[in-house]
Amino acid sequence: MAENEERLRRTMMFVPGNNPAMVKDAGIYGADSIMFDLEDSVSMSEKDAARVLVYEALQTQDYGNAELVVRVNGQDTPYYANDVKAMVKAGIDVIRLPKTESPAMVHQLEDDILAAEKEFGREAGSTHLMAAIESAKGVLNAPQIAAASDRMIGIALSAEDYTTDMKTHRYPDGAELVFARNMVLHAARAAGVAAFDTVFTNMDDTEGFYRETEYIHQLGFDGKSLVNPRQIAMVNKVYEPTEKEVLNAKNVINAIEEARLKGSGVISMNGQMVDRPVVLRAQRVMRLAKASNLVDEEGNYIEK
Amino acid sequence: MEIKETAVAGTLESSDIQIMISKAATGIQIDLQSDVEKQFGDQIRKVITTTLNNLDVTAAKVKAVDKGALDCVIKARTIAAVQRASQTTDQPAWEVL
Repeated sequence: MAENEERLRRTMMFVPGNNPAMVKDAGIYGADSIMFDLEDSVSMSEKDAARVLVYEALQTQDYGNAELVVRVNGQDTPYYANDVKAMVKAGIDVIRLPKTESPAMVHQLEDDILAAEKEFGREAGSTHLMAAIESAKGVLNAPQIAAASDRMIGIALSAEDYTTDMKTHRYPDGAELVFARNMVLHAARAAGVAAFDTVFTNMDDTEGFYRETEYIHQLGFDGKSLVNPRQIAMVNKVYEPTEKEVLNAKNVINAIEEARLKGSGVISMNGQMVDRPVVLRAQRVMRLAKASNLVDEEGNYIEK
Repeated sequence: MEIKETAVAGTLESSDIQIMISKAATGIQIDLQSDVEKQFGDQIRKVITTTLNNLDVTAAKVKAVDKGALDCVIKARTIAAVQRASQTTDQPAWEVL
């Protein structure tokens, strides 16, 4: 598992790699991660042009603090090798492998990334990777895939290909994805990496989008892949902690700091024992609160 | 790099630039169409010329239709067009990117 595991990854926005207007503006919407796509959104005849466009944009455009991800073409395509080379040379944060079905595929990508890092003088290990799970085989191998590499930052469920593989399609209630979602999520948590839920493509169904996002938030996903910038604010709203949660988290962090100064290990707050999971949860709430602009620099709740 | 055939890269969509490169006997000629020709024509030509120089293209005819592309897009489309025209798409000149 790669470092900075506790980075917020609520939103991963897909950007078609051969569309200059979208590539140049991708940084302005406040997505936690931006995923430039060289795969399905780019036609066969434009694969080379998309690769060069994303490369040049990465050299010059300012994407702020967003984590930059590129989805390369699959290992069974003739574009894969040059995609990986170009993106490593460009200094991308994360390479996303589509249609991952086995840890061997992750190891292959790892080898190719390392070779490219050496060729282009990048620090070995500086390029992270993530795997998209898009088939029954991928779901069943998810635990091994998630744990296959020290460079791994997360795994993502991709429901369109998966439901096709399962001989079904997507339904509004998501019952067809229950097993896959829980499998991917458990695999990610067991390996200590992030879990990303699949995209929701019906832009007109706002209610359905909220229902699905609240559901995956409840399960424990880090966040969701998105196809439209409009969805970023909606996901952030679902992940935003309540005032009560923020105040409680702040109290936990203060209490633990006080205990540390006094030199005592276990502490209690309002008669409840505060142990490690409680502290970790509090820290996560504070990170979310900061990202949602709910607290000031000292962590004090800002009244709306 | 030698231009072997005529090739195009880029589209006519907003923020893009379409670059067509074909053979020429000598020198680089650029025919540019752009709504912002007055303001940015020189800069667009400069980016195309510099990119061609870096790719070691000494003779080529370039037809460029600009739709408000940033420098990085102009550079990217020029590289893609040259790679196609010189049939080197599979073995890109990594040092020039």
